[in-house]
Amino acid sequence: MIRLEKVTKVYPDGTVAVREVSFEVVKGELCVLLGPSGCGKTTTMKMINRLTPMTDGSIYMDGLDNSTTDENELRRNIGYAIQDVGLFPHMTVGENIETVPALKGWTKADQRKRAEELLELLRMEPDEFINKYPRELSGGERQRVGVARALGGDPPVLLMDEPFGAIDPITRLELQNEFLKIQQEIKKTIILVTHDIYEAIKMGDKVALMKEGQLVQYAPPADLLFRPKDSFVASFVGADRGLKGLQLIRTKEVMWKSPPTANPEEKTDVAQERMKRHGIAWVAVIDPDGRFTGWAFASDTQGADRVKEITKTSTVAAGRNAVLSEALSLMLTSGSDVLAVVDQHNRLEGVVTFETIRNTMTEVVQKGVSQ
Amino acid sequence: MRRQVILFALLTLLLGATFWVTSLGKVGIYSTFTYGDLLHSAWAHFKMVFIAVFIAAAMGVPLGILVTRPGFSPFALPVIGGASIGQTIPSLAVIAVMAPLLGFGLQSAVVALVIYGLLPILRNAYTSIRTIDPAIIEAAQGMGLTRMQIARKIELPLARPVIMAGIKVSTVITVGTAELAVLVGGEGLGKITLTGVFAQEPLIILQGAAPTAAMAITLGLILELAERRMTPRGLRLEPENTLGVVRHESNT
Repeated sequence: MIRLEKVTKVYPDGTVAVREVSFEVVKGELCVLLGPSGCGKTTTMKMINRLTPMTDGSIYMDGLDNSTTDENELRRNIGYAIQDVGLFPHMTVGENIETVPALKGWTKADQRKRAEELLELLRMEPDEFINKYPRELSGGERQRVGVARALGGDPPVLLMDEPFGAIDPITRLELQNEFLKIQQEIKKTIILVTHDIYEAIKMGDKVALMKEGQLVQYAPPADLLFRPKDSFVASFVGADRGLKGLQLIRTKEVMWKSPPTANPEEKTDVAQERMKRHGIAWVAVIDPDGRFTGWAFASDTQGADRVKEITKTSTVAAGRNAVLSEALSLMLTSGSDVLAVVDQHNRLEGVVTFETIRNTMTEVVQKGVSQ
Repeated sequence: MRRQVILFALLTLLLGATFWVTSLGKVGIYSTFTYGDLLHSAWAHFKMVFIAVFIAAAMGVPLGILVTRPGFSPFALPVIGGASIGQTIPSLAVIAVMAPLLGFGLQSAVVALVIYGLLPILRNAYTSIRTIDPAIIEAAQGMGLTRMQIARKIELPLARPVIMAGIKVSTVITVGTAELAVLVGGEGLGKITLTGVFAQEPLIILQGAAPTAAMAITLGLILELAERRMTPRGLRLEPENTLGVVRHESNT
C-alpha cells in the first residue's frame, strides 16, 4: 500500500536527516515509526504527504509514485493528525471536521453527515459537540476532534505524529485503546510516529525503529522485543522487554474459555470433584445469571456443605481486551494467582492464571506472536 | 467593562468642559471660539485623521502581511525597523520636516501623520500572522489547503482582531498628533489650542485640547467595538482547561 524506496532527506546545510530508508506498509496495517528524538521519524512521515520535500528516493502509494500527484490533491487523501492538533480555533468542531470534505466538493449535507458519523465514531455526542469551538474542549476532546478531522475525507491512509502525546497519561491510555478499537472498524493504513516504546508495542502491527536517520529494524513488535537485530535495538527496548512483551497479548487470546465453575448452592463435594477432574485447586463461583462472584478453593472445602459457605467474594477481574501486563498487575495486587475475565455485565468469560501467562510468554519469546 | 465606565465619565467631563468654555464667550480680553468654529475645526481634525489612518492602513496592513510570506521574510526586519525609526523621531520633528518638503497645507500634515501612524498598524499586521500557532498552519497544509486557502480561511480570520487593534492604536495616536498639524498649515483643533498657547490663556487651550481628547476616546471606543465585532466567535471564548480533565457529569 505504502512503499518507501531509499528515501533520503538532506538539508541544505548538509545534515542528513533520513538516509536511504525503505520499508513497506501493508494495506490496513498500523506501522509505528519509533526512535529517539532527532532520528528522522517525523521527517520520514512528512515526506509521505510531501510537507517535507525528499532529496532522493521514491514513495509509492498503491503503486502510484506520489511525486506525480498534485501535492494538495495528495494531501486531501492522506489524513494528518499531529501532537499539537492544530484545530482551527475560529471554526466549530463540525467545520473543522468538514474541512477536507468541503475541499473535495461534497455537498453541505454530506459534510455534516460525515462530521456526525466521525464524532460518533470517536464517542463524542454530535449534538453536544458539533457546534462547539475548540476552546470549549478539554485536551482529550481536542485530540479526538483532531483524529476525526484527519479522517474527514475518508482517506485510505492516515499519518499520525504523536497523536496521543500532549495529553495526560490516563486520557492517553483511554484514547489509545479506543483508537485500536476504531482501527478494527475502519482498517486504514496508518503510519504513527512516536518515541514511546510502550505505545509502539501496543499500537503497532509493525514497528520501524530508526536511529540517526536510518532504519534499524522493521518488524512486528514481538520480534523487536525478543529478536532484536543489534545492541541498539536491544538497549532501546530495554532490559524489561519481557514485561513489555506482556503488552502484546490480550486476555481474550489466551484465557481459559470454559473454566470449571460452581453455583453457590452446589454441594462442596461436587465442586471439589470438578476441581480434581481438572487438576486444579479452585473453581470460579458464578451466580445463576452467570455473573462472577468469587472463588472457592479446594483447601477450604473441609466440613463445608455448600459452595456459598466457602466462597471468597472477589470484584477483581479483567476485561477481555486487557493486555497481559494489566492482568498480571491485577493478580499481583490482589494476591491471587488466578484472575477472572468478565464482560461489561460482569459475566464470566474465562480465566487467566500465572501459568497461562508464563506459558504464553515462553511461546512468544520462542516463536513470536501469531497475528 | 470598568474601563469603559471610566472612559465614558472622562468623555462627559471633557465635553462638559468644552461646552462650558464655549458658553463663556469671553475669557479675559479674548473671546472664546464659537460653536461654529469648534465644529468646523473638529470636522477638519477628523477628516485629517481619517485620511491619514486610511492611508497608513492601506499601506501598513498589506505590507505587514506581505513580509510574513516565505519569500519576503528577509524584508521583515528592515520594514518593521524602518517604521520603528519613523516613530522614534519626535512627531513635532516629522511635521516640521514636511513643510519645507511639501509646502504648507493639508498634504504635509497628512504625510507626517501617516509616517507617524504607520508603525502600530504595520507591526500588528505582521505579528497577527506571525503569532498564529504553527500547528494550525501545519495541519491546514497537511489537509491539502492551498496557500491562498490558508491565507483566506485561516490566517486572515485569525489575524483580523490584531490588525484592528493596530488600527485602533494608530487612530488614537493620530488624533493627538494631528494637534500639531496646524504648524504646517493644516486645519483642525490644534488651531484653537495653539491660539490659547499664544494668548497664554489656559481656558482657550482647554477649548482645543478637551475636544481633541474626547475625539480620541470616542474613536478608540468605536474601533474597540469594531475590533470585537471582527473577532471570530471561537476566539472570543476563554480557553478552558487544557488538561484532559473530564468536565461532563455522566448521565447514567
